Amino acid sequence: MSELSAGQRHFLSQQKRHRRIVSVSRVLILLSFLFIWEFTANVGIIDSFIFSSPSKIALCFWGMLMDKSIFLHIGVTLYETILSFILVIAISILMAVALWFSPKLSEILDPYLVVLNSLPKSALAPLLIVWLGANTTTIIVAGMSVAVFGSILNLYTSFTTVDPEKIKLIYTLHGSKYHALTKVVIPSSIPSIISTMKVNIGLCLVGVIIGEFLAARNGLGYLIIYASQTFS
Amino acid sequence: MDQILELRHIHYAYHNMEGETPALIDISFSMNKGEFVAIVGPSGCGKSTLLSIISGLIEPEKGLIKINGKYLRESTTNIGYMLQHDQLFEWRTIYNNVILGLEVQHMLSARSKEKAHELLDTYGLKQFENAKPSELSGGMRQRAALVRTLILEPDILLLDEPFSALDYQTRLNVGDDIGQIIRREKKTAILVTHDLSEAISLADRVIILTDRPATILQTLPLKFDLEKDTPLNRRNAPEFKTYFNLIWKELNTNE
Repeated sequence: MSELSAGQRHFLSQQKRHRRIVSVSRVLILLSFLFIWEFTANVGIIDSFIFSSPSKIALCFWGMLMDKSIFLHIGVTLYETILSFILVIAISILMAVALWFSPKLSEILDPYLVVLNSLPKSALAPLLIVWLGANTTTIIVAGMSVAVFGSILNLYTSFTTVDPEKIKLIYTLHGSKYHALTKVVIPSSIPSIISTMKVNIGLCLVGVIIGEFLAARNGLGYLIIYASQTFS
Repeated sequence: MDQILELRHIHYAYHNMEGETPALIDISFSMNKGEFVAIVGPSGCGKSTLLSIISGLIEPEKGLIKINGKYLRESTTNIGYMLQHDQLFEWRTIYNNVILGLEVQHMLSARSKEKAHELLDTYGLKQFENAKPSELSGGMRQRAALVRTLILEPDILLLDEPFSALDYQTRLNVGDDIGQIIRREKKTAILVTHDLSEAISLADRVIILTDRPATILQTLPLKFDLEKDTPLNRRNAPEFKTYFNLIWKELNTNE
């Protein structure tokens, strides 16, 4: 490395200062939140029976770590979330591709997708139990149902907004619609596929926990329901 | 002379719910091998539509097109098409952009890959083979787009205002550059443009279209008495101005 100029050194130290302020502030906000929570609960400003307190939560967590029950619950929820996430991604990409291939199909199905997407999924969960039984399948389907329709709509929208001139280029090179899909549409939709996946993993978790509320013996959702009913 | 392309009585119209918009009416012309024809006309008169029809992307409503004596549908003649923007894909390197056509046509082989490297070398893009398109200047990008077209060894090249997205200076240089490449490779080419001076500097013949719906107003052969007939030299020749005024008048008296 050559000698840095004074201006560059100044710029670098400014940047370093900026980054330090950002990370220190982040930690500070979390710590002060925990501190205020703990303090107000201890002094009695808020009811620690309803609001709990960080120390109680930490103790409870420690206890579950010791008897290892927490690992089971986390593991089950994680497994169900990931499975439903993978299924959502696979189904929504396949569906979006099918819709893109056939504008007619997409026009026919469009209102159904919108309606299915806006259904309150948590209200559907009891129905799923009746249909599929109180088991893991129900929970995974519940997880999928929250994410899959919105995901199809998002992906399809990003497929259709690809620059038509880029698709025309494929045709001028004597490519087929299949080439347009694999060489242009999918690669240029990668950013939106990734952002859809980011949203989906969260939605799947929400769906899985809703499923676990109703139809589980294990998992974080079961734990939440159990705890809220026993006020522990 | 070897006739390579023939258009007879081409008609085309756009349709929508409000009705029909005629775009091309009775377009007929033919071209010989190695000839460079420029098609000029007002913006939006249907010039690009004509290229899309010749390339087979859209079907004319009436009329027929023959290439090397065969109907367009049955023809095996390779037609290269250069679009207005280079459309290089940002997620591919220059080399991978150039071989896109080979990929699509399942023509990737050790030999064709070798040729891609050679062409990139010939056109001064060797050091940018692994660069992303955004790292290249506008002129370089247009060259890469030309290589992508030329590698498929087209017999007819269709150029749809390929320089219009460039700034003026680059445009003159790239026009000169690409014009000479096409001459050297002895390609038959059709250039569509609304820039009269570009048409005159590049073509052997100018076809003037009317405003929409487009019909052929006039066909004007260009002859330059130059030792070295390059696009830039043409711009300085005395004939240039004469032709320019001629076409200008032709376009304006028919408004």
